[in-house]
Amino acid sequence: MKNFSNRYIFLFSTVMVVIVALFLAFASTSLKPYQERNIEIEKQQNILAALNIRVLRQEAEALYSRYITDSYVVNSKGEKIEGIDAFKVNMKKEMAKPRMERMLPVYIATLDNNSHSVVVPLRGKGLWGPIWGYISFEEDMNTIVGSMFDHQGETPGLGAEISLPFFQEQFIGKKIFDDNRNFVSIKVIKGGASPGNLYEVDAISGGTITSRGLEAMIDTCLVAYTAYFKANSIQNK
Amino acid sequence: MGLFSRNNLKLLSGPLNKQNPITVQVLGICSALAVTVKLKPAFVMGVSVIIVTAFSNLIISFLRKSIPTSIRIIVQLVVVATLVILVDQVLKAFVYDVSKQLSVFVGLIITNCIIMGRLEAFALGNKPWQSFLDGIGNGAGYAMILIIVSFFRELFGSGTLWGYKVIPQAFYDAGYSNNGMMIMPPMALILVGIIIWVQRSKNLDLIEK
Repeated sequence: MKNFSNRYIFLFSTVMVVIVALFLAFASTSLKPYQERNIEIEKQQNILAALNIRVLRQEAEALYSRYITDSYVVNSKGEKIEGIDAFKVNMKKEMAKPRMERMLPVYIATLDNNSHSVVVPLRGKGLWGPIWGYISFEEDMNTIVGSMFDHQGETPGLGAEISLPFFQEQFIGKKIFDDNRNFVSIKVIKGGASPGNLYEVDAISGGTITSRGLEAMIDTCLVAYTAYFKANSIQNK
Repeated sequence: MGLFSRNNLKLLSGPLNKQNPITVQVLGICSALAVTVKLKPAFVMGVSVIIVTAFSNLIISFLRKSIPTSIRIIVQLVVVATLVILVDQVLKAFVYDVSKQLSVFVGLIITNCIIMGRLEAFALGNKPWQSFLDGIGNGAGYAMILIIVSFFRELFGSGTLWGYKVIPQAFYDAGYSNNGMMIMPPMALILVGIIIWVQRSKNLDLIEK
């Protein structure tokens, strides 16, 4: 077996690492625009999914610009913050801030029957990692039109089921404010929601921690919007 | 000796049969269980592994005389990791949805025993072209098993192939239902076991005395 001097070994590894670093840096910068576009399209897809419009990647962009007619950022008092693109707000960073200082993105959708919906993003913790989603409301800013949840690495077959339609469809028609306009959020009930209860959905059996994380996510994210919801709600009754 | 001489072709075909990395050497099992729920991600995973085994074998074989023996494992890891990161980046840029399904398993190609095994056992001692063929062969042997397993898992677990419905609605109406067990990882292990069984009963020389 050939013997290599220490000098050679150091030289070899240094040259190797530099070449590899240059190569990867080049690859990463040249592929970045494509990757970012994919992430953008996925976000548009997710926002549409929260309005019960489930589309393929190819159609997402066109349909997004057709249905999402406005978007802006509000603060916890419900006032608009000018000059910030709601689409570019990083929810991970916002959730790390104290509740009163968060920037809150709002997407306004105009649906085919000319009714308006408002979509807001959610982000929280599941069992193994982050979970996130979007939830949309009717003009009364109370009744849920639809919801969409996704996760990074929840247990397949258990917690991961939050990303499936059967779970998400439970939220349709539920409400987040009680009759006295107090914020009550949606409870995710282990063992099954009581029938007809407007503030409860079924948890996922075997996915208790993910279900609880989802409940906490809905509560902490939506409570920040309370002022905005109350100020902009259009009561149709 | 031609580029595609008999010995060279053996490097390609051996891993598809009696030298198969999964069913004979039982390497690379963990990703084989994880990504075989659907055909498409299994196919993409197979292609990714072929690319990584082929090119890491090629590069290491080119460098085999200049790699210091004392740090050869580190050098191998750097080469493999570079290729894997590259594959991951390309998947994220061009087949985003598949890359999401494969999630961490593309990154875990780095630790796939087949790759390091081939580098140590073959590329360090053979010429670049032979090593390249050996890499393709072993990658293909891995991909082949992934595709067979995912074919059955997708067909019986989801009633689809490559995402297209193949089991007619009439079957479901008549009371047929998808087998939920098929989408769980243990079923992949059972399927791999069946493949090993079939292979051994056909090639009696594979059976240990």
